[in-house]
Amino acid sequence: MSGHVFHPGHDELHGVTVVVEAAEGRTLVGRWHEQTPRGVLLHDVAVHDPLKSAVSKEEWFVKLRKFGVAVELKHAVVPAGQLLDIRRLVE
Amino acid sequence: MPYPEMMIKPMRDEVSRLGVQELRTVAEVDSALGDITGTAMVFVNSVCGCAAGGARPALTKALANSRLPARKYSVFAGQDLEATARARSYFGEYQPSSPSVALLKDGEVVAFVHRHEIEGRSPDQIAANLVNAFDTHCA
Repeated sequence: MSGHVFHPGHDELHGVTVVVEAAEGRTLVGRWHEQTPRGVLLHDVAVHDPLKSAVSKEEWFVKLRKFGVAVELKHAVVPAGQLLDIRRLVE
Repeated sequence: MPYPEMMIKPMRDEVSRLGVQELRTVAEVDSALGDITGTAMVFVNSVCGCAAGGARPALTKALANSRLPARKYSVFAGQDLEATARARSYFGEYQPSSPSVALLKDGEVVAFVHRHEIEGRSPDQIAANLVNAFDTHCA
């Protein structure tokens, strides 16, 4: 019954929790929806902003990996011009 | 919005036939998880094919282990909304995700397998993670 899936026609990362490194040191973690020429769309997103966060990015990742993604944004678009790196949260 | 029940019934059945008791109401969740001693597993089932398609077969494999939680429950995220929210209220700081698996001991979460530890992994890899938790915390 595990063949019961409802995500046909999407790219390889669809639904996968990814880390997006963006301009100005911002880091976003969320579920990948799609990438278009305009940028990347993520769902259920946590954000680390070095200018706003009380903890370092390393501490933020430690907590995120243990307790999960604390959603701050239901959706987020990272414009193509601000994308620095994209990787899976768990390789 | 929940999917039509007929579409997800096979996903419920895939878990229920493993001897996992499905909790579909707040009252059922509280009866199962309130004031418990010993170990209890809660499988948060999901329609999502990206991850749940691996999680359910992994659960099947893991529940063949010699050490298992004393109680085995499931809730269905996105379907039984109130029951799922109530179950998550027993998970402390652990953030909602689905599918996921919580292992509780004497009412405290002692191991948690998040969605991000399920997606993209094989059932064997996911099951190994669960078995490690069972071997560590279950009699």
